[in-house]
Amino acid sequence: MGILLTRDTIDNTAHDPARPQELITGGYDFTTLTDKVCGIVERPGAPRAWWVALGFMASLAAMMFAMIGYLIYKGVGVWGLNNPVGWGWAIVNFVFWVGIGHAGTLISAILYLLRQQWRTSINRFAEAMTIFAVVCAGIFPGIHVGRVWVVWWLFPLPNYQAMWPNFRSPLLWDVFAVGTYATVSLLFWYTGMVPDLATLRDRATTKVRKIAYGFFALGWRGSNRHWHRYEKAYLILAGLATPLVLSVHSVVSFDFATSQIPGWHTTIFPPYFVAGAIFSGFAMVMTCLIPAREWYGLKNIVTLYHLETMAKIILATGTMVGYAYATEFFIAWYGGNPAEQFAFINRAFGPYAWAYWIMVTCNVVSPQLFWFKKIRTSPAALLVICIFVNIGMWFERFVITVTSLSRDFLPAAWGYYRPTAIDILTFVGSFGLFFTLVLLFMRFLPMIAMAEVKTVMPQKHWEDKVSRPVGDYHGTNPEDR
Amino acid sequence: MATRETHGLYGYLAEFREPWDLIDAAAKVRDAGYTRWDCHTPFPLHGLDRAMGIRGTRLPWLVLCGGLAGLTLALVMQWWMNAHDYPFLISGKPLFGLPAAVPVTFELTVLLSALTTFFGMWGLNLLPQHHHPLFGSERFRRATSDRFFISIEARDPLFQGERTREFLAGLGADAVEPVED
Repeated sequence: MGILLTRDTIDNTAHDPARPQELITGGYDFTTLTDKVCGIVERPGAPRAWWVALGFMASLAAMMFAMIGYLIYKGVGVWGLNNPVGWGWAIVNFVFWVGIGHAGTLISAILYLLRQQWRTSINRFAEAMTIFAVVCAGIFPGIHVGRVWVVWWLFPLPNYQAMWPNFRSPLLWDVFAVGTYATVSLLFWYTGMVPDLATLRDRATTKVRKIAYGFFALGWRGSNRHWHRYEKAYLILAGLATPLVLSVHSVVSFDFATSQIPGWHTTIFPPYFVAGAIFSGFAMVMTCLIPAREWYGLKNIVTLYHLETMAKIILATGTMVGYAYATEFFIAWYGGNPAEQFAFINRAFGPYAWAYWIMVTCNVVSPQLFWFKKIRTSPAALLVICIFVNIGMWFERFVITVTSLSRDFLPAAWGYYRPTAIDILTFVGSFGLFFTLVLLFMRFLPMIAMAEVKTVMPQKHWEDKVSRPVGDYHGTNPEDR
Repeated sequence: MATRETHGLYGYLAEFREPWDLIDAAAKVRDAGYTRWDCHTPFPLHGLDRAMGIRGTRLPWLVLCGGLAGLTLALVMQWWMNAHDYPFLISGKPLFGLPAAVPVTFELTVLLSALTTFFGMWGLNLLPQHHHPLFGSERFRRATSDRFFISIEARDPLFQGERTREFLAGLGADAVEPVED
């Protein structure tokens, strides 16, 4: 990785409380910022590396769809699922991908409400990633139902059996939670993008671009009467997405927590899942953004300060996750339930101990390196550790799902779960789908939220006039609140 | 006022290079009593709402209605489907219990609120509107990039052709141009 990534020359991570944090470096003004971000999309031919990456990722995605086709043709027996482990990789992958999405909503909604101005450089990218992750997540429960042609029974639609779904089941709550999450994330992402699509429309030189960007820009003309309602809508959407994002992984955790399986039936699951989701999501944002800022020359917009701040969030949430692991063990001991105690001893020292210790090493130990500023400000080190976190968080879901099921109350029914090649190739293929969508996004849509970044840019001669940034996005002027 | 002078004219467009000049100018347009005018900026400009005298939007009230509709719909749906239309007894649980209904109720409340916010905002803004006279101006293309504009429509009761043009030029605009309807 060290060969691909160069060290940053501009370091804006020094903290001086007397001055506002410098969020955009390199002397950008409104004009050059627009040119830079639009230039990536407007370049006539995509770089060769982009085509190579797209070809590779799209083939992986195609492989996943082939595996799904085979699954539908043969049945779920092609997976490693069997008694006693009826939930295998499909559920693990679902929880993994939904979790990845959480960082995008956190950055776009919660950091917006908290007036964290640094979010403007990364929120578009993170939100796009959310949507693509939810797309990948949605595939797995869809194909896991076995008879995919009746998957619409998940929804409360009238059917020939005159039956309705069971609303007391957490699996149905999940349908509503993930469905709402996907819809609201998409609305939020698109709403934020309309002014930038209008920029691309106004700069378009070809007919295709004029029509395509023009259609989706909805005729936006930067009217302040529109901005006024737009900002109110954006604030409301952020306010709605904030409890929503916390609820989604809580509901996902209910799939486990409301059952009576030892190791699942715990009240710590909702907060523990949410912390893990944000942890893994930020790691994925970094995994995508560090190469992207390098290859597209965005180091002055997504600065070292942004990376360092995200590293701090990863450190905080990673420590919370470690604390949750410890709490689970404590409660198993303190609760005095033999089945629960066995479940946890089995988790750490049983047949899946290898998976458990991979999880602990990646999730609890590796982010602790972020206590060192030298590591927090080295893109190569950040990338490596974030990939470890991604691996660790997948294993966390594997450990939770599989260890509890493989050895439950009845020792005669114990078993050892192994995935098949189909399981593995389907999961690998989902990364292909995810990165295919990311690559297409980087090529055709503005990956930096230009209109938002312009509100936090330092202005030339600004001190002569008004001593604050021009933007309204963050309401930095108390008298206007 | 459809005089010969304003026939076929949408209005005048004034361009500003610096955001603070626009805010100063907007306050003067407001004080002059114009009503059919607007500012166009690449990003939401701080203090411009006040300078233009824009009043609050009723969007939050629409969202509240949308949210309450989602809440009611979710509760009625769950009760009707599992306790009334097809009483569905499972694990001895009550046919309808509020705690078990909370997740779906919450999700549908958020969903309908968000949809109301999205469609309500575009609806109140009268968008999408893919054709607009201002798009005829070459200069106006920079309104979504790095320039700041004021437009005064010819339909404004105070609009006086050449006098309005001079008024705009006197506000420190870098350029003022007529826009055809």
